[in-house]
Order: sequence, then structure tokens, then C-alpha cells
Amino acid sequence: MQLYRFMLDVVGDLFRGPGRYWAWIALLVALTIQGVFFYVHQLQTGLVVTGMSDQVSWGFYISNFAFFVGIAAAAVLLVVPAYIFDRKDVKQVVLLGEALAVAAVLVAMTFALVDIGRPERFWHAIPYIGIFNFPYSLLAWDILVLGGYLLLNLATAFYVLFKHYRDREPQSKLFFGFVVIAMFWAISIHTVTAFIFSSNPSRSMWHTSLLAPRFIASAFASGPALIIITLSVIRKSTLYQISQGVIDTLALIMTIAMQINLFFVGAELFTDFYNEGAHGASVRYLFFGLEGVGKLQPWIWSALLMNVVALTILMIHPLRRNPKALIIACVLGFLGIWIEKGMGLIVPGFIPTTLGEVFEYFPTGTEFAVGIGIWSLGMLVFTLLAKIIISVELGHLRFNKPEPGRIEG
Amino acid sequence: MSEKKAKKAQVATRKSGISRRSFVKGVGAAGAVTAAAAVTACTPAWDDQTMQDAFGSFFQDQYKRMTPEEIEEALARIERKAKRRFGVDIKCEDTPPIPGVVFGYALNISKCKGYRDCVYACVKENNLGRDSQIQYIRVLEMDKNTRNLENSEHYYDPEEVPREGKYYMPVQCMQCDNPPCVTACPVEATWKEPDGIVVIDYDWCIGCRMCMSACPYWARHFNWTTPEVPAEEINPVTNYLGNRPRDKGVTEKCHFCTQRTRKGRLPACAEACPNGARIFGNLLDPDSEIRYVLENKSVFRLKEDLGTEPKFWYFAD
Repeated sequence: MQLYRFMLDVVGDLFRGPGRYWAWIALLVALTIQGVFFYVHQLQTGLVVTGMSDQVSWGFYISNFAFFVGIAAAAVLLVVPAYIFDRKDVKQVVLLGEALAVAAVLVAMTFALVDIGRPERFWHAIPYIGIFNFPYSLLAWDILVLGGYLLLNLATAFYVLFKHYRDREPQSKLFFGFVVIAMFWAISIHTVTAFIFSSNPSRSMWHTSLLAPRFIASAFASGPALIIITLSVIRKSTLYQISQGVIDTLALIMTIAMQINLFFVGAELFTDFYNEGAHGASVRYLFFGLEGVGKLQPWIWSALLMNVVALTILMIHPLRRNPKALIIACVLGFLGIWIEKGMGLIVPGFIPTTLGEVFEYFPTGTEFAVGIGIWSLGMLVFTLLAKIIISVELGHLRFNKPEPGRIEG
Repeated sequence: MSEKKAKKAQVATRKSGISRRSFVKGVGAAGAVTAAAAVTACTPAWDDQTMQDAFGSFFQDQYKRMTPEEIEEALARIERKAKRRFGVDIKCEDTPPIPGVVFGYALNISKCKGYRDCVYACVKENNLGRDSQIQYIRVLEMDKNTRNLENSEHYYDPEEVPREGKYYMPVQCMQCDNPPCVTACPVEATWKEPDGIVVIDYDWCIGCRMCMSACPYWARHFNWTTPEVPAEEINPVTNYLGNRPRDKGVTEKCHFCTQRTRKGRLPACAEACPNGARIFGNLLDPDSEIRYVLENKSVFRLKEDLGTEPKFWYFAD
């Protein structure tokens, strides 16, 4: 009965909003639909409409997949202070963090799905009815941990929200257990994603034990960056109170993670370039080009520049505490890491090929269009989830209020 | 170690085999109406199959889990589909491995002149997409003083081969005894057969390309588009795990011409080589030519340090 009422209230709430809410939703829906349109074209013609080839067999899609798994994992940075250290100010936003994780996992999964040549055969990977090559295949691991993480975040966020809806606080030991599991699970999703790449000894650029730590470090930099941007937007555009303490904590975490990440990148560069051998060929291609070609050079150098500028802003305390400078640092850090661990890591891993051929890759318009569609889908999912969360937390959506109030702004 | 893995997997699938099948049938019945609607609505995406065949292909099980009757049905579907696609009557068989045989290959690089006759014979024999230009064999032109693959020339095209100062090294699937591609596949669409050949079930592959990242020999190729072969060039003698026509969105690679070698013939590449550089045979037969080479020549294998245990050797006179 209560659950039924909750569902009705939620649906009702999603249909109430000011004009700019509807404009934003309409924009995201339109962008998602154009993505679907391009994806259907890709399905009919084959992946030949992308820039990928036998030489570079993963590109823009898998780069985004790896990056957004990291964003999803970063939600743990809110879960831990909120539920383990019981910080009241973080508790106010932890549900938004979990909603972001849900949206990011969906984005990552969709990017993996559009990369697959035979998506209609996906049931082959479902245990029991298909064949699940577990524990050997790392993709099998990834399906398991990503699916589990999605469920964990949906379950814990829904539980808390439903409690709040009925004016109660979550207290059960079971819930705490779930939070602890989610904490370790977050690290596992990004570790397994890194292992997909680092488990290939013939791809020397990926085949480093530093890859998983590097993934975690860059996730804990890019994740808070996105969360800070999102929270700032929410603070501006809704009545929801977000305490400055949360932003400060996230900014500090981001600063440290950026430092560690850049240190890792530097350590990799040293190993690749001092006594440069076959191991360094991919990195040489990435930064300086190889055999006269190097389309990724402008990308990686701008990524490096963006990361350094972002870190500089973050490390100067007055600048970090300045809201405008902080947002600039977040945008730069987010984009810089998106390039560095996305296209800057996945693509050069294939160049040169295992037979020493240098063959370039660059995403096509179709890949960008499908990508924009998937990002929009993610933002749409987050917007809807955030709308429900804010309505409940502001007290507009309550079981004991027969007529749910209207949220303004 | 890898044999143990394979055995374990076999036992596991056998256990769940029957119940799974009935489950799928249940799902099939329930979803029949919606699926049928979907099939008629978007015919092109179903590769020009009739609705019934599209339905049959969709629910087709993995090769190793199919009953003999299901395999017969699958083979008939493949033949019908080839007829519709190319207008050609092909024969598609299920060719089991020969007991007591493990195939191996040895290549004499001092005899290879870089003619690429093996490449072209392979393309014809195995119905490789002409427009998609997939080739299972890549012949590398190497400088005589080095074996560094990074210095190899892939697209050499001089007036005449062999060129001065060069030697030629064909590379194809090494049919590893410890194949990283098999480990990487999330759905067991590729596996090592008892005769040592690593095969792919093209109807089970989901096209994720994990195997392509895992392969150290660049042996695996992806059908980025539907591979087209002119009707008059189709090789109508095909088998399930080998040279039958493929669809877009799946991986393929050299399979030592299972359609020929499992019937006692040589692979097309070995037959095509005018210089006798290619030696193919049964590693378990002590009197075979390949065993003679392994015992009397100083052989080497590519990237042995990765632990892949290739069954493809190179040697020089």
C-alpha cells in the first residue's frame, strides 16, 4: 500500500516542474533519440560506420565505458563519509551521489552494448540460459560486478528514500552491511575494468600492474569533479540546501587524487622512455607520433595541460575555495582525465599492433553522435532520479501529506 | 592445466544442458508472439532470413551443447541462408576431429619468397569477405638482419619478390595450446578442439572483441560489415566450425582449414605454396614430416615468452 502510494507520488512528481525543467528534459530526450537513430544505422550497416578496424579494435565507445565505470565508482566517496563516518552534511547529498552512480553505470553499460557486434545475442552471456565464462573471462567478471553495483546502488538509495518518504530514518544493521559491501564493490568495478586491459601481455602499454591503481586514482579525481559540478548546478537551480562542507571535502579528495594520478602518469612515462624499447612504442605514438602519424598528440597534450592547470588551481587554497575557480578546475580535470584514461589509453594500446603495424584510429561522426545520445540518456536518468530525491528530501513527497506540494525553481 | 579447465567447463555445461534447453523452449513459446512481431518489423536487421529461420538462429545453442538433431537443423539453416544470400547451393557439414590427431604447422622461412599465394588460396578456400578484405595470413617483409616485428613491412608491393636484403615471414593463427583468446571470451564462443585447433562458433560469438585484444599474433579478424563474396567465387564445400559464410559482427580467424584437414587433406595455404615452405601434419605421428622438422631443425616460435605455446613453428635451412 505504502509502496504503491510512493510509486504514484513519484510518477506524479516527475510530471510537475517549471518550464526550464521541461525544456531540459526535452533537450535530453531529443539528443537521446538522435543517438538511437545513429545506432540503428550502425546496427544495419555494421560497426564499419565507426573508425575502428582489426588494427584498433576498440575505440571511442570502450574509452567512454572505462571512464564512466570510474565515475560510478567515485560515488563511494560520498557513501563512506555519510554512512561510515556519519557526517550529517554528506548524508544530505549521498543519495544524489548514488543516483549519479546509477546513471554512470548505465552509461558505461550502454557504451559497452553499442560496441558489441551482435547485441541481440547478449543472452549468450547470461548464466544458465547462456554460457558465462566465469571466472576465466574478465568481461564475465565485469558483467557481474557492474550488474551487482547497479543493483546495490538502486537498492540502498531506494531503501533510504522510501524510509524518508515515511518520515523514518534507516537504521537496520542489514542496511549498514549493504553499505559496507557497496564500499568494497565500488573499488572492485574499476579494478576489474582495469584488468580487462592490463591482463593482455601482448599489449605492452596496458600490461602494467599500475593500471588498476591509476584507474582508481583518476576515478577519484574525475568523479568528485563531476559531483561538485552537479551539486553546484543543483544548489543554483533548486531550493535544495547543499552545505559548503561537502564541496570542500570533495575538492580536497580531488586534489589528492589528481596529485596521485599525475604521479602515476609520470612514473609510467619514465618507465616507457628511459631505455625506450618496444614497451614504449605506444606511448611514443601517443605523445610524439610514430612513423610519421600521430592523431592523438593534440588530445593528450591538451589533456596533460588541463590536468596540470586543474591541479594548480586545486593546490592553491584561496583558489580552491573560490567557487568559480573550483568549477573551472573541475571542468578541466574532468575533461583532462576523460581524454587521458579514455582515448589516451585505450587507442594507443593498439598502436602499433601486435605484429608491429602502425595503423591509426579516429572516431567517426556516428561514434560521436551515438556517444552524445548515451551521455544524454545518462543525464536524463540522473535528472529524473535527482528530482525524486530532492522532492522527498525537501518534504514535498511524503506519505503523510495527502497533497504533495509543488516544488519551485 | 588448460585441459583441466576445458574438462571442468564441459562437465558444467553437460549438467545444465537439458534443463536449460527446456527453459529456452519455455521462453521461446512465451516470447514467440512478440519476437515474431519484431522479426517482421525489421527484416534487414535479421540478415534476410525467413522469420522461421531467424527465430531458429536466434535461439540456436552453442555448438558443443547442441544435440545431433539440433546440429542438423542448424546446418540446414546455414545452407538455406547461403542460398538466399548468394543464390548458391552450398553443402555445410559438421566435421568432427579425427581421434589421435593433433595438428601442427612448420614454416621454412628460407623457402618463403613472399609471393602471397598462401594468402590468396586461403581467401578463396575459406570464403573470406572480398570487400571487407579479411585475410587470415599476413606475410611480413623483414630486413635480413632482424626479427623485430616493429620493423616489418605489411603492405610490400614491389615489381618482383623476393627483394634484395629481405626475408618473408607469414603469420597466421598459431593455434596456441594455451590460447589467451579462449580465456578472454566471455561466452565460450571459441575453444580448443581435441585436435588442437582453436575454433569459433560464429553463431554464438557476441562480437565483443575481447579475443582480439588478447591475441598476441593479430590472428583474429572482425566482420565490421557483412562479408560479401561474388556468387561465382563461393566455395560450396563448407563446414560449421570452418569456412561457412559468416555474418557481420562476429570474429573469425584461421582454423587450419578444418573442412579439409579433418578429411585428410592439406590446408589450402600448404597446398598453394609453390616453394614447399609449408609443412603441415599430425604432431602425434612420429613418422610425420612435421615431427621430422621439429626433431632435426632448429626451430623457433613467435612470442614464446608469453606462454601461449603456439603449434606453429618457423625454421630455416
